[in-house]
Order: sequence, then C-alpha cells, then structure tokens
Amino acid sequence: MAVSTSPLADLSAALVLEPVAAADWLVILPVAWCLAFGALLVMLRRPIGLHPFIAVAGLAGLVVIDGLLLQHVIANGPVTMVMGRWLPPFGIAFTVDLTGALFALVASIVAFAGGIYSLADINDSGRRYGFYPFLMLLMAGVSGAFLTGDIFNLYVWFEVLLISSFGLIVLGSEREQIDGAVKYGFLNLVATTLFLIATGYLYASFGTLNMADIARKAEGLRGTAPLMTLTTLFLLAFGMKAAAFPVNFWLPASYHTPRVVVSALFAGLLTKVGIYALIRVTVMLLPLEREELSFVIAAVGALTMLVGVFGALAQSDFRRMLGYLVISGIGSILAGIAVGGPGGIGGAIFYALHSMLVMTALYFASGVAAKLGGSFSLSSLAGLYRRHVGFAAISLMLAFAVSGLPPFSGFWPKVMLVKAALDIGAWWLAAALLVTGFLTTIATGRFFLLAYWRDAAEGEGATAEARIPAVILLPLAALTLLTLGIGLYPEPLLSTIQNAAAGLSEPSSYLNSVFPGAAR
Amino acid sequence: MEAWFALLVGIFFTVAIYLLLSKYIIRVLLGVAILGNAVNLLIFTGGRLTRGVPPVIPEGADALSGPAANALPQALILTAIVISFSFFAFLLVLAWRAYEDLLTDNTDEMRVAEPEEEPAPPLGY
Repeated sequence: MAVSTSPLADLSAALVLEPVAAADWLVILPVAWCLAFGALLVMLRRPIGLHPFIAVAGLAGLVVIDGLLLQHVIANGPVTMVMGRWLPPFGIAFTVDLTGALFALVASIVAFAGGIYSLADINDSGRRYGFYPFLMLLMAGVSGAFLTGDIFNLYVWFEVLLISSFGLIVLGSEREQIDGAVKYGFLNLVATTLFLIATGYLYASFGTLNMADIARKAEGLRGTAPLMTLTTLFLLAFGMKAAAFPVNFWLPASYHTPRVVVSALFAGLLTKVGIYALIRVTVMLLPLEREELSFVIAAVGALTMLVGVFGALAQSDFRRMLGYLVISGIGSILAGIAVGGPGGIGGAIFYALHSMLVMTALYFASGVAAKLGGSFSLSSLAGLYRRHVGFAAISLMLAFAVSGLPPFSGFWPKVMLVKAALDIGAWWLAAALLVTGFLTTIATGRFFLLAYWRDAAEGEGATAEARIPAVILLPLAALTLLTLGIGLYPEPLLSTIQNAAAGLSEPSSYLNSVFPGAAR
Repeated sequence: MEAWFALLVGIFFTVAIYLLLSKYIIRVLLGVAILGNAVNLLIFTGGRLTRGVPPVIPEGADALSGPAANALPQALILTAIVISFSFFAFLLVLAWRAYEDLLTDNTDEMRVAEPEEEPAPPLGY
C-alpha cells in the first residue's frame, strides 16, 4: 500500500542525478547551522565563558541565513531540497514556501534577541547546565519544523525542540521549576504523541508522508478515507501544542517558572510552532475538512481568546499574566484559521508573527521590571516610571501592541481578522476579537497604572538595582522598534503575507517545486 | 489479521488513557509508556501486515517481483521508539526529582508553581 500508485509519480525523474543548485542549500542551512553550533557548544563543556559569544554569533548568522532564504523564496517561489537525492515522494523533502520562510526569519530574530538578553540573565551555573547548547538545538528544532516538507519529519523536529525545551525549563532545578516542568513535560509529550497517532492514520490512508503528495492525493481519497477524523486529531494535537482553550492548562502552570529569557523564547517560539503546523495541515493539506470544522475552530478560538484574557485579568503576577496573554493571542490566530480565505489566513499568519515579537519583548520587560522593582508581583511592584522613564515608554508601547492598538504591529492583523470575520457574517467572532482587545487593554493598562505610575512606598525596593545593563535594554528596544516599524509601515510585510496565504490556499507552486513538471 | 491488531491497539489505548487520567505521577508514567507502544503498533498495522515476503530484490532483478512487506513503518517505528524511550527516561527522572523536592507524587498537591491562596490583583492604589 505504501508504494505510490499515483500515475503522477514519475519514476524516471528519480534517476536524474543533477547536483543541487548552490542557492538551494539555503533550505537546509538553518537546521544544519544550528545543529553544528549546538554540537560545538556541547563539546566545549569546560570553557563556559566562551558559550555566550559562540551562541550569539551563531544566532546572528541564523538571522542572516533566514533573511537570505526569505529573499530567495520571494524571488524564486517555493524551494525544495531532498535528502540523499531520494526524490519525492520517497525521500524526506525540505520544502520552503513563503509562510515557512517568514516564520523561520521571525523565529531567528526572536532567538537572537533572546541570545543577547541571556548575556545578563544566564549566570555561570545556567551556562554549566547547558543553556546555550539547548538554545541552539531548540532553534534547530524550530527551524526544522518551519522548513520541512514531510509530515513525519515535522514530528521529529517537534520532538527535537521539545527535548531541548525540557532542558531549558528545568534549568536551575528550583522547586517551582520542577513543578512546572512536570506539567509541561507530561502534557506536551501527550500532545506530540497525539500528533504521531494522527500521522500514523494519515500514513495508513495516504501511503505517503510527503506534504505535497498528501495535498494532491487528498482530493481522490475524500470518498474513502476518514479525513475528517484525521483533521480532528490534528486539530486536537496542534491545539494542545498551541495551548488552545480546552487543552491550555499546561501553559499557565509552567511558563512563569523558568528564567525570564527561557519564558520569553518559549512564548515567542513554541506555541507558534504548533500554530504553524495547524495552518500547514488544515489550510494546505486538508482544506475542505478545515471548512467543515470551521465552526468548531471558531468556537475554540473565541473561547481561547476570552479565557486567556479573563485569566490575564485575574493574575497579580506579571509573568503569569503574560502566560494568559499568550493564550489569548493563540485564540485570535485560531479565529483567522477558522474564517479562512486570504483575509483570515493572512490575518492569522500576521498575528502569529506579531505575537512572536511582542510576547518575547513583554517577557523581557517583565524581567526588567523585576530587576528594577525587585518583584514580579503586582501588589509590590511600584514606581517603575520614576525609576526608568525610557523603560516605561517601551512597556507602554508593548502594552498597546499586545492590545492591538495603532500604531503598532498588533493593529493590522486585528483589522484583517475582524474584517474577514464580518465578511463571512460571523459577527460573534468579530465581537469576541474586539472584546478581547478591549479587555487586554484593561489588563495591561491596570498593570501600567499600578506598577509604573503608583508611587513606591518609602524605602521599598531600595535594594533593587536602579540601573539596567545595556544588553538587556538593547534587545527589548530593538523588538519594540520592530513592532513600531511594522505598525507604521506594514505594506512590505503585508504583501508578503498575502502572497504566503495565497500560496497556502492554492499550493500549485509548492507542488511544482516538489514534483517538477508533474503538477501541470 | 489487521482487525485483530486494531483491536489490540484499541486495548492499548484504553489502558494508556485510563492510566493517564490518574492523579499519581507513577501511573501517568506507565500510561505514557503504554501510549508510546500503542502508537508504534498503530503505525505498524497502518503499514499493512504482510507475512513471509521480505522486501529483498532477488539477484539479477532490478525491482521487487511481487507484493512484499512494507519496510517504511519499521523505520518510522524505530524513530518513534528511540524518541519515546528517551522521553520516558527524562520524565522518570523528572518524576523522581519532583517526588524528592515536592514530597508528593499526587499531582493535586503539586501547587508550588500555582499557589492556591494567591491574592487577587489590587483594586486601586
């Protein structure tokens, strides 16, 4: 059964052994680069003083590579590379389209910012625990997940990033961290196992694991194969990875326990990998099933948004509030996936990219606030505005951005999502988006009022550091500027995202890249 | 043959989910181990079961002559076994550490990260 019976699979093409074009090596380079740096750092166990510099240089290189890759994909369309010249559908293919390249680039920017922030946040003991090797291997998993064109390979990258994240979340082994890691570890393992179950069923019904092959075979199998069951399983598995409403409880239980930079990277990267996989599978591979399930996805999205923002309102700990805001953002992305069409999918991709930047920056801000005010708790944080005006301004901008207010990056995707929802008549979904934005403004606004504008009690927090190192402010300010830049001049990103969304809904160029000449 | 295997996979899943629903970490761990095996069997069965025809190309031929056993699910399962075993090992150590540090293996009592008596955010200055 597994042997491809499709007449489209041209076996003679598999005998042609042209060397891979040099530019196509870019496809695999982000993963190979991160793995090489990870391996190097693992070998350099003794000189831990060198770790941060090697890792930051590696992450800077990763940003450049992902930027070149995005440029290559914009110029030439989707690019495919296969392992060992086992041509698809037999070998494992790496296929990069605009969506994957965009996610990979933003992920590398977030990781680079995290690498710089970690210079001041990770001390020698954290380095000895292996923060930097784990960080590079995490990025290998994240890049691999965004770039692969094979669904089982996607599962493998999920596991790579999951095991690295386990290493990062227990870094320091404090009681709180062990508690959080137990919940994070078990529930995420169950989620990836669900993904594997879905992949097993997918293989049993399609006989292939190549995404492009699945996309073109889905039409013919609709009558016989249980594709709805498959899509529902994928929705559950990726929803759990992304912390969507009924299966979101692992996130607020664990995201506030590790070091600030680890929380920031998790918030920026991990849930978004789940969302990316959900977009890839439901929009590109099984589009009709997504339409069937759109009401379920929309309801889950609306509930996720509202549960997230109500949770944020009820928290008095900065980082726990941010954990709930991550969940609330996932709800907005799900709403876009449910609505579909260029507006919905484009809005979902845009919101995911915005959320990666802003949530990471907000976690950085929580770290700075704790350094300045000596606490994460809303009842004791006070007077931050007086202590550092520049930081207060950055925080206010980020609060506006996460609430979806102009002129920041959260505004445009929200406009797209609300418009797309109204266009198909889902007024309740548009209302949920707007109410969520309003409640987020209240949650972040109240936080700003109490932690920044309230005067600190006499003598309180006097022991805390009054100055913050530049390596902490720099990545925070850079991410905030990026948010502002996207908000003020969204046109280039917006048009790229619209092309990316079009490439997902109409994947003929993706198929052409994997099967040259077959999908005529 | 596949039907019997499907039944077996179903039993594995039932046991795994029952154990995963427990409050006690050690039972959850057993559930995770069985769940991993259930998925491996599922993939194995999904590749269709063929007995006694190894996918070996006879001498002098270029291709397989007739139907043969599917080799791909075995490669997938091998990957999945390695991954699930390493995760199981990690979670086992983590559970032990949690028991040592938190003095309980009951997940209901693990409230260090999320204290039950947390004050609500202040209502005003």
